[in-house]
Amino acid sequence: MDEVKNQQSIIIELDKEEYALPVERIGGIERMQHITRVPRTAEFVKGVINLRGVVTPIIDLRERFGMKPIEYTDSTRIIIVHMDTLDVGFIVDAAYDVLDIPQELIEPAPKVIGTVDADYIDGVAKVDKRLIMLLQLENVLSIESYQNAKERSHS
Amino acid sequence: MENSEYLEVFIEESKENIQSLNDQLLILENEPANMDTVGEIFRSAHTLKGMAATMGFQDLADLTHKMENVLDAVRNSKLSINSDIIDVIFQAVDQLEGMVVDIASGGDGSSDVKELVHKLQAIENNEQIDTMTVSNNKIEEKSNQQSQQKSNHNYFADLDEFEMAILNQSNEKGFINYELIIRLNENCLLKAARVYMVFEVLEQVGEVIKSAPTVQELEEENFDLDFNVLLVTKLNDEEVKQRILKISEIEEVIISPFDINKREENDNEENLPETAEKLADSTSQQETKKTSNTNNAKSVASKTIRVNIERLDGLMNLFEELVIDRGRLEQISANLKHAELQETVERMTRISGDLQSIILNMRMVPVEQVFNRFPRMVRQLSKDLGKKVNLEIIGAETELDRTVIDEIGDPLVHLIRNSLDHGIETPDVRLQRGKSEEGDLVLKAYHSGNHVFIEISDNGAGINRQKVVDKAISNQVITSEEASTLTDEQVFQLIMSSGFSTADKISDVSGRGVGLDVVKNTIESLGGTIMIESKEGEGSLFSIQLPLTLSIISVLLVEVEKEKYAVPLSSIIETAIIHKSEILNAHNKKVIDFRGKVVPLISLKEVFEVPQAEEEDDYFSVVIIRKGDKMAGLIVNKFVGQQEIVLKSLGDYLGDVFGISGATILGDGQVALILDTNTLIN
Repeated sequence: MDEVKNQQSIIIELDKEEYALPVERIGGIERMQHITRVPRTAEFVKGVINLRGVVTPIIDLRERFGMKPIEYTDSTRIIIVHMDTLDVGFIVDAAYDVLDIPQELIEPAPKVIGTVDADYIDGVAKVDKRLIMLLQLENVLSIESYQNAKERSHS
Repeated sequence: MENSEYLEVFIEESKENIQSLNDQLLILENEPANMDTVGEIFRSAHTLKGMAATMGFQDLADLTHKMENVLDAVRNSKLSINSDIIDVIFQAVDQLEGMVVDIASGGDGSSDVKELVHKLQAIENNEQIDTMTVSNNKIEEKSNQQSQQKSNHNYFADLDEFEMAILNQSNEKGFINYELIIRLNENCLLKAARVYMVFEVLEQVGEVIKSAPTVQELEEENFDLDFNVLLVTKLNDEEVKQRILKISEIEEVIISPFDINKREENDNEENLPETAEKLADSTSQQETKKTSNTNNAKSVASKTIRVNIERLDGLMNLFEELVIDRGRLEQISANLKHAELQETVERMTRISGDLQSIILNMRMVPVEQVFNRFPRMVRQLSKDLGKKVNLEIIGAETELDRTVIDEIGDPLVHLIRNSLDHGIETPDVRLQRGKSEEGDLVLKAYHSGNHVFIEISDNGAGINRQKVVDKAISNQVITSEEASTLTDEQVFQLIMSSGFSTADKISDVSGRGVGLDVVKNTIESLGGTIMIESKEGEGSLFSIQLPLTLSIISVLLVEVEKEKYAVPLSSIIETAIIHKSEILNAHNKKVIDFRGKVVPLISLKEVFEVPQAEEEDDYFSVVIIRKGDKMAGLIVNKFVGQQEIVLKSLGDYLGDVFGISGATILGDGQVALILDTNTLIN
């Protein structure tokens, strides 16, 4: 959160809560499509899709964050995110437009936010009575982080 | 390093130059009098030196510089080539290669080149190599002094008539002729640029008659730190000096009047001994010119550009998108039955077919890239082993996909080592057996159908069947009952099983029982096969069959419940439909009796945890696959059909997935996973 200034973000919805992804990391927003399951991978990895000729892995963010999976609807979207060398798709309940989040509205993530105990939350912003959580992408993708969270929820 | 954007180009070109050095040195060894080759070597070394100096790799530049000096001496017939000299130069080339590799992997390319530099220096001074370890420094100093002295009178010794005329005239018209020695600062990075600036200044004050080295050589940075210029000007010497010193990175300027008459005296004195040398010089120059001409002609004939393989991959990806959409278009036009639309779609289909073959072709590179390091290797190995070997390479221009080329090098090295060590006999044994002293090793590549064959054959000892069988039995690879039923081919395949070596002696070269099994595995992982033919006492032939490309493979598409998987055709023996009752249980494992063999069954549904979607049937569809001589049957629900597909990686994020080697995009735009049959069979 060091160099976050007037963060341009894409707002997504997961389980009625709003999350923000930095816009410069977004490669595109796709509608739901056929996903080819890849056996023997982590539960939250839903499989791969054909994204303009590139085989792209897809992650269900609900499952990644330990939320209850739901049926995909018309508003379900796949957000394509650029990581260093790879692209990954996130399945989210819905995606809204771009929002400018001013730096001064961002606060560090509180230690406990509801049930999601998370190192993948970078900070929280309050914009016009909306509470928006900023995602830390590297940790979202980290399998270790997922396993840690899972262990904690079991104990 | 600031020059990092050029680093890639530098490494590529250095490798090419080193390769060419290797090639030409081998030729030179066989034909020591071939001046074309010396010129070629000289040019490669020279380019390398220039590039290394520009990039700031001082050790690399130093070493090449000394090498170049030796070559220059050879070129000017001051030295005659012998095996010792070639050995030292090879050592130097090896070290150069090591340095380039170091640079490529992020190092600074520094290395201790002193010893080689001294050796080269010794050769250059026409001394015995062996005696050259002590007093190196002295000799270097001495030779430096010598060259220094030499430089003072020799640089402008050979002026032609035209130049003489100018100098004479200028004297008459009140100009003064100066000889300048300009020395650049040691840390000067862009020497050529400094030289250019010096010349610009000189052109302002007067006229440059001649320079040593020549202007062209100066531009190519083919000089150490100092160079000489013959200048005609009206200004006095101090003024000229000051003007030059205004340019930065100039260490010092020595300016002295140039006396034509004195030169003539000198000339007369030295005339006699020098003529012979000059003659040799000029002929060799002519020869090098000739070779450079032929070289130019060659490069014009096949113009090439370097393209990053990633761009080609990108192109390939886009093209596949096009193919997928083409499939949809075909579908639509078939439904609409609109004549004009159908015609257009057909045309498009044809054009995109052509496009596909061009794109695939672009990824092909000649196997030469792999082969050209072998002559060098064979030379070294045969020397080490005390054998005489004649290597013949046929079909080096045969093309293979880039991805295959990258993988095939090591297996070939193993096989060649194997042939040299176990195959070809020592000269005395060969003579006893009534063969010529020199063994033949033939490396041959050719296309056939959708495959490329690479054959390595020798006329050596061949494989002793009995020895292999005995060894296999003692290593418990086979039993003695099995041994009697094996065909020759099967016996020969045994030498490629792990932990197997028939060599009586274990040598450095091969014979530790690792090697041939690795060869076999690598080739099979590339979708290829390897066959061995051999006649005892007459020689052996190792024949490798490889697919043309790894990026496009033929597969059998199968359905497991509702999911589609692709099984590479290269690993399929056949398909079968079997009844439930034919499945037997052995050790709690399902097996079937397939053509007299017990074949274990693998349920893809269970391995891949595929969700149940269809009713169980009494009949099973089974794909029989193999890995080496092991077999297994994959239970699937349905065979969809055979198809050519484009292999794609699953990407870094998912990494290695068990049982899956990659993915592909089907005509309907969906992704299908490709089975890795090698990991499914254990």
